[in-house]
Amino acid sequence: MGAKAFEGLKVADFSWVGVGPITTKYLADHGATVVRVESTTRPDVLRLLPPFKEGKPGLNRSQFFANYNTSKLSLSLNLSVPEGREVAWRLILWADVVAESFTPGTMAAWGLDYPSVSKVRPDIVMISTCQQGQTGPHARFGGFGQLAAALGGYYELTGWPDREPAGPYGAYTDFICPPFALAALVAALDYRRRTGRGQYLDLSQFECGLQFLGPALLDYAVNGRVATRAGNRDPFACPHGAFPCAGEDRWVALAVTTDREWRALCRVLGHPEWAEDPRFATFLSRRRHESLLEELIAEATRSWDPFDLMAALQAAGVPAGVVQRCSDLHRDPQLKHRGHWVTLEHGEMGPTIYDGIPFRLSKTPGRLERAAPCLGEDTEFVLRELLGYTDQEIAELAASGALE
Amino acid sequence: MDEGLLAPYRVLDLTDDRGWVCGRILADLGADVIKVEPPGGDPGRRFGPFYQDIPHPDRSLYFWAFNLNKRGITLNLETEDGRQLFRRLAALSDFVIESFDPGYLDGIGLGFGELSRLNPGLILVSISAFGRDGPYARYRATDIVGMAMGGMMAISGDPDRPPVRVSVPQAWLHAGAQAAAGAMIAHYYRAATGRGQHVDVSMQQAVIWTLMNESPFPLPDFYGFDLSRAGGRRTGRLTIRQIYPCRDGYVCLLILGGGPGAAFIRGLLALLEDAGVAPAWFKEVDWENWDLATPHRFATAQEELEAFEAVVADFCRQKTKAELYEAALKYGILLAPVNTVADLFENPQLAARGFWVEVEHPELGVRVTYPGPFVQGNLNPVRIRRRPPLVGEHNEEVYCGLLGLSRTDLAQLRSLNVI
Repeated sequence: MGAKAFEGLKVADFSWVGVGPITTKYLADHGATVVRVESTTRPDVLRLLPPFKEGKPGLNRSQFFANYNTSKLSLSLNLSVPEGREVAWRLILWADVVAESFTPGTMAAWGLDYPSVSKVRPDIVMISTCQQGQTGPHARFGGFGQLAAALGGYYELTGWPDREPAGPYGAYTDFICPPFALAALVAALDYRRRTGRGQYLDLSQFECGLQFLGPALLDYAVNGRVATRAGNRDPFACPHGAFPCAGEDRWVALAVTTDREWRALCRVLGHPEWAEDPRFATFLSRRRHESLLEELIAEATRSWDPFDLMAALQAAGVPAGVVQRCSDLHRDPQLKHRGHWVTLEHGEMGPTIYDGIPFRLSKTPGRLERAAPCLGEDTEFVLRELLGYTDQEIAELAASGALE
Repeated sequence: MDEGLLAPYRVLDLTDDRGWVCGRILADLGADVIKVEPPGGDPGRRFGPFYQDIPHPDRSLYFWAFNLNKRGITLNLETEDGRQLFRRLAALSDFVIESFDPGYLDGIGLGFGELSRLNPGLILVSISAFGRDGPYARYRATDIVGMAMGGMMAISGDPDRPPVRVSVPQAWLHAGAQAAAGAMIAHYYRAATGRGQHVDVSMQQAVIWTLMNESPFPLPDFYGFDLSRAGGRRTGRLTIRQIYPCRDGYVCLLILGGGPGAAFIRGLLALLEDAGVAPAWFKEVDWENWDLATPHRFATAQEELEAFEAVVADFCRQKTKAELYEAALKYGILLAPVNTVADLFENPQLAARGFWVEVEHPELGVRVTYPGPFVQGNLNPVRIRRRPPLVGEHNEEVYCGLLGLSRTDLAQLRSLNVI
């Protein structure tokens, strides 16, 4: 096992749901000690949402939660009682990084916001993530990534032009933001190392999500053009789309950008004559007859096994891939080679499959150290070993309701 | 803070559109990112849209969007002189980012082994479709192939039509952003140890990370079935409508049921009540505990959902996006407008936070409005400092200023198609 990049880094993680916990997961999987502050009185919403192990709901049975919280410790702490907030302070004094993702104003109401924290710990790096940022008229808008994705234009831009928007699956912007947040956090830690100064980072999911629409935003800003959803069509490739294969709801996606790829596609599909057909010989003619072309290709692909078609097209130099379902992903030989899926033993769920790290680092590869914690699983350990509470103090905290 | 967070660090960015965003993130955080392009410019500059729809390598908005804040030089890595110059630059740099086909840099003597011998602290970031090795490592991929192989398309789109991608390419952006995260993890380790390393990023895996809670569904110890695409609806055991037409477009509304969603359904009920459109039967339902999660209730819950959605849909149809959003903000409802790109430029929240940034393009005599920082903060962690580079704009600055070449050298190298 390699060295751990963040060995020794201490993180007080008050965040919940998507962006915050996914960001601190990078730190945890690469060696930082990350303490997730949770409460049975207000559990992370993801603990209440499916998929549940064996289909049975339960606070410690959601893989939605578990997947984003590997290698972390769970401290159960009720911040609405004063004794709970005292523990939170002790945790902040212990930490290098504080993360939170409550509705703006929540941390301030508890006296745990950046101005309060930085007075005592000017070297702390604190990150807040929320839907729309800490300031502005819509700052308190509480929501999930589906809404930030709608606000941010992704719904308008996904689906068919003659139908209502379909949107990309899920809370899309929740998965754009974490690598940006991580990069900013580590840059802030680097700055702190060189200058001794901490800082505050305010990440709006809405604003960060817009980073992936840059070309469309500029096209409106300078050309006044409003981008719309276009099914699978592409301005620089033709044919370009998902074509049906044998089996129920099986598809192969392919993209043809050059003459060579076009001729190769015709050959693989057993229709070399298309390449000579004046309706399809050039990019512009294919574009003019695109609907017909798509029908002809669909007829030709329909008898193919999707994986065979992908292999044949790739062998011929045509970019193509199976529209993989998750069950395909769990069997994907490339992902197996990369070690993408990792089985971890969870306190209540037992052995369960997690997503691995999306990149390989040659010297500090990182590791999913342990499954996600059950709610409050590490409360005693954190209080005693990390924060130095005595057994008696812990008993008193428990009696005060601070550890619920 | 006078300088950017990453001001002391230099990045050589060899990527085309498959990796641009990685260097953009480091540049936004203050690093000196030098885009190293083949003579004539990055092939990605060929892709539009273009400024005023005039195709030109210095007018590609696609290029602009992800190369803001970088400097740019040209260098022909297919020549020995070019490779020598690159080695000298790499010796003076902290990161090299590349998105060539796996093995290309090794093949021309600029692989990780060689570069780290020159500069043991160097971090090499390689972005590829499926990773640097493995059965699909040589497979070719574009955006749609990445969205397909990463599992996103299968669950996006209408059930009676082919699966769809997002119409603005995304897959390589996910790879590039993950690459920036990997690069910064490696950077943190280097600060402690002086040791560089090789970061190997798979676009496919980056896309899989966007699948939210989907991947466990088909596993036998979960539900044993794959989620399928359902258009503007959310699927699982229940199908829940998420997109509602309104007078001037659509809104997105999330219904989570009672329990965790109780606060939001409360707001929605209050809105419908106040608007006088709540039917009498609403009073008979225990919305606080409206259970959409327990398996034995699924059949009933689906009927309840459809009846409820019909009321909401009728209400939305009478209102505009802005009216519904205003109500959502007031009542605390999980509803947002389905914004068009044009709507975004009118959005009061983005305006209030000073999101949009005007950038001078002196070569065109215009100021262009760019999307602003991905993160804000008390020290302004992201600064927009310079417009995207023209082809070879900083050749003299870099080759003469940094490497000490003479202007005569530069002229000769240009004639030899090295730069």
